Amino acid sequence: MALSYPNDCRYADSHEYVRAEGELIRVGISAFAVDQLGDIVFVELPEVGAALSQGRSFGSVESVKAVEEVIAPISGTIEVRNEAVLASPEELQNDPYGEGWLLLVRPSDPAQLEGLMDATTYSAKVDGH
Amino acid sequence: MATDCQRATGRAPLSPFVARHVGPDPAEQAQMLSDLGLSNLEQLIAEVVPEAIRLDATAAAAGLPAGCSEAEALAELQQIAAANQVRRSLIGLGYHDCITPALLQRHVFENPAWYTAYTPYQAEISQGRLEALLNFQTLISELTGLPIANASLLDEATAAAEAMSLSYGACRESSAQRFLVDAEVLPQTWAVLQTRAEPLGIELVPVKPAALLASGTEPFAGAFGLLLQLPGARGLLWDPAELIAAARAAGVMVTAAVDPLAQVLLAPVGELGVEIAIGSSQRLGIPLGFGGPHAAFFATTRAHQRRIPGRLVGQSVDAEGRPALRLALQTREQHIRRDKATSNICTAQVLLAVMAGFYAVHHGPDGLAQIARRVLRLREALRRGLEQLGLAVEPGPGFDTLLLRTPSASALLAAAEAAGFNLRLEPDGLAISLDERSSLEELQHLLAALAAAATAGAVPSAMELGSRLEQELAAAGCGEAPEQLLWGHAVPRRHRPWLQQEVFQRYRSETELLRYIQRLATRDFSLVHGMIPLGSCTMKLNAAAELQPVSWPAFAGLHPFAPAAQSEGYRRLVADLERWLAAITGFAGVSLQPNAGSQGEYAGLLVIRAWHHSRGEQQRTVCLIPTSAHGTNPASAVMAGLQVVPVACDAQGNIDHADLAAKAAAHSAELAALMVTYPSTHGVFEQGIQEICAVVHQHGGQVYLDGANLNAQVGLAKPGLYGADVCHLNLHKTFCIPHGGGGPGVGPIAVAEHLLPFLPGHPLAQGCGGAEAIGPVSAAPWGSASILPISWMYIRLMGGAGLRQASAVALLAANWMAEQLEPHFPVLYRGAGGRVAHECILDLRPLKRSAGLEVDDLAKRLMDYGFHAPTVSWPVAGTVMVEPTESESLAELRRFCAAMAAIRAEAAAIESGASDPVDNPLKRAPHTLAAITADAWSRPYSRSTGGYPLGEQQLEAKLWPAVARIDNAYGDRHLVCTCPSLEELATSLPTRA
Repeated sequence: MALSYPNDCRYADSHEYVRAEGELIRVGISAFAVDQLGDIVFVELPEVGAALSQGRSFGSVESVKAVEEVIAPISGTIEVRNEAVLASPEELQNDPYGEGWLLLVRPSDPAQLEGLMDATTYSAKVDGH
Repeated sequence: MATDCQRATGRAPLSPFVARHVGPDPAEQAQMLSDLGLSNLEQLIAEVVPEAIRLDATAAAAGLPAGCSEAEALAELQQIAAANQVRRSLIGLGYHDCITPALLQRHVFENPAWYTAYTPYQAEISQGRLEALLNFQTLISELTGLPIANASLLDEATAAAEAMSLSYGACRESSAQRFLVDAEVLPQTWAVLQTRAEPLGIELVPVKPAALLASGTEPFAGAFGLLLQLPGARGLLWDPAELIAAARAAGVMVTAAVDPLAQVLLAPVGELGVEIAIGSSQRLGIPLGFGGPHAAFFATTRAHQRRIPGRLVGQSVDAEGRPALRLALQTREQHIRRDKATSNICTAQVLLAVMAGFYAVHHGPDGLAQIARRVLRLREALRRGLEQLGLAVEPGPGFDTLLLRTPSASALLAAAEAAGFNLRLEPDGLAISLDERSSLEELQHLLAALAAAATAGAVPSAMELGSRLEQELAAAGCGEAPEQLLWGHAVPRRHRPWLQQEVFQRYRSETELLRYIQRLATRDFSLVHGMIPLGSCTMKLNAAAELQPVSWPAFAGLHPFAPAAQSEGYRRLVADLERWLAAITGFAGVSLQPNAGSQGEYAGLLVIRAWHHSRGEQQRTVCLIPTSAHGTNPASAVMAGLQVVPVACDAQGNIDHADLAAKAAAHSAELAALMVTYPSTHGVFEQGIQEICAVVHQHGGQVYLDGANLNAQVGLAKPGLYGADVCHLNLHKTFCIPHGGGGPGVGPIAVAEHLLPFLPGHPLAQGCGGAEAIGPVSAAPWGSASILPISWMYIRLMGGAGLRQASAVALLAANWMAEQLEPHFPVLYRGAGGRVAHECILDLRPLKRSAGLEVDDLAKRLMDYGFHAPTVSWPVAGTVMVEPTESESLAELRRFCAAMAAIRAEAAAIESGASDPVDNPLKRAPHTLAAITADAWSRPYSRSTGGYPLGEQQLEAKLWPAVARIDNAYGDRHLVCTCPSLEELATSLPTRA
């Protein structure tokens, strides 16, 4: 089954996606990252109000095979975190762009979005993997 | 040709034991050589081992004894053992004599079904020891009052260090660098904490609990953790609740080092607010053994369950919906997380943890309480006796230890020793620790000896003191709970019933317990069933003659801190072994202290660091590690305060020489060490190891050689001669100490002359370590001393010529298997001569595309064929690594190759469409007896194909997997790490209407 990379998202080298939703940015991890990890068993996220700094780790996703750090694709402040995915990590696996999102972030520098890859570029990069 | 083989690889004759240890007989070796197009072993050695490092038989055997018969070796070791003197050691300090139930001695400790099993990674054929470990975890959880307990750690001191690391990592205050340590902590724990704290920049601060509480919040400033020893080294009990609350309020995480027997009567420390409890389970039925091996424990709260070091057994479900056990949260471990791991801990002390768990099953909560109360009453009787002698005893409640405040401590110590008792000298007196073996009769002898030295009047009768005490307790109406009277209200006691789980209630009858132990043993695959071809793990023969001396009282009964004169035999054993291991590795000296390979890595890196510091080169902190290295390498380097810089590998899996040279040059001023595994983790003798070592030396670095693959080179090449500065050895791989189902292990380090002064020392042992010794890395001076006789026996039996023969046949077996399996599975890496070393990697990745198969499908299917899987997905994901060792016969090697070929044919049936891509014997492996014999069978393949694919003859000796394929994700999402209580069982069962 081919993995999907929605066009309304932009992607980081480290496989996180962002989607602009009004003034806020939704952050999650791409279908490629989910596929590489396998069965996801645990998600660790910072508290609401914590600051994200682009390129720095802000949490981790644990599968039966690996623990991967999640890297902030943009800088900003956490407005909402997805409690459902903390309680049922399998949501992340089933629907990474929908129910499996991780954070809603108020960006401190919205221009950072421009530095991320669009779906076509990202898809070409990971398909060559 | 057969005579060629009998003459072995050199001119020296082989001892009769070699034919016992080496599987293929001379005719079979000749056949295998001929299959490889070779005429003798020397020819094979020449093709496998690079000429530049290869030694001839004479050079390889220098410094080693000739081999001998089993009877001769046992007689010689008996003489060495006779130089030990076993006295009654009332020394305490974390080591207490106890009674190993004969049932456990015979049916667990001396039972190869328990001691030859591997770590339970293949859970479906490991349910027995996983259940036994779950019992241990449940016991520890109940003792400490904390919900998550691991499946054991190496010793109490390193467990304390792991608690320090966890507290440090969990602390959000990055400026907090101080770890507060109870002044009453065991001295060896303090010493190991110092070793571990310094490279990480942690400041250890000794504190007196009472003073701490009196001085408000100020002492907690800048602290991330507090370690309390309960009871302390001098034996007094107190109520720590207020101090724990104060520490927690200040954001300081509290660890309690507890005594498991005292915890039987005391309030579980988890209920008092501690977040981590650690300790040693030695006194729960494990012999003193001059310091080890013993199982330490580590328990914590749910909040820290994903940070807990070591292995954790958890419950999950299998494909048929039944509960099943397996190792949980594996991703925390160093083989996945490398330099980000929670710890470098790799080995546990499974065999000892299993025994401690069974000890509690044997006694039950009431039996354990009786033992603990008896110790408590004897302490009181002794206290009264000493006071009658006019000796002052430190006042206050205690559990098993009394402190005599006397200026004539030395005289009393000598008098006690002359009467057969070892006591402990303290700066202000003499400490006496009682244990499960203590009795009124024994106290009588002790009092008499002390009375003579104290020139007191009449010796009080311990019997009378004891019976008067019993009367008083009965009169006070608390004969069943003497702690109430003896402790008063200052000490928080256990109130609620505990160990109510069925397993701790059910087995008071030996018949029933014997059958329970046997039932568990029959669920596990071990070397008693067949080969365990685990690459990098060297599952060779653990000969009975090698194991027998471990049970001798002269080795089992010594306290690690007994006077040096009493351990003369051990010192000779240690000296022999150090000398032989130095000869085998080509180094100047050896430390036997590290309790596992990972501890050896850590010790070796600290020795290198100490050498750099001695030369004023503190800035050397970079450690180069090839990406192919075992995950413990980077984890150990981080613990040693080093910064890991990865070195690339080329397409053949070898170290990329250009990248190494570039990295070494780029970090020339800061280069501390290179860690390199040789032969490589990919199972080949890389060319140019000498050049690799030279590059590192040229830039001022040292070469650490990981000896995991030493079994390929004993008697053929010596790390010390081809350029390494330090190497560790795994006595539990190469030198025949059994794996114990996942420990014990012994990971000594061998070092070059210039590093000798820095070998690890110990504060409580003379003659241990170098002149400028680094601190201890283990609680006991010689680590797991009581299992060293196994390796001594192996080397003595084989002799220099036999060891070379063993390595040569290990290479032969691996190369023969590689040739047999190559038509079915590509062999991923080969050396320059086209040969592998002592193991080979088979590539299964093509099967993922062609048949949708994962490595696990093959691993589980091998169980149906009666085998334990090879190493899975390490060091390369999607592959298996096969290491047959020298001990497997040609018939067994053939049986394995036939199974692998048959599995490849099953995969081909999926590729061709003849088999269903999902409902096929590989995807549905392993097959349980219940599934095969169920009334209904609806699978598209036959029952016999599922359960005994090699035909009916398989049923003669088939180990049926106890459960079907286990769902790992389910268990990691729903972590359950203890046995269900009776209440939980009751609520989970359907109730009758």
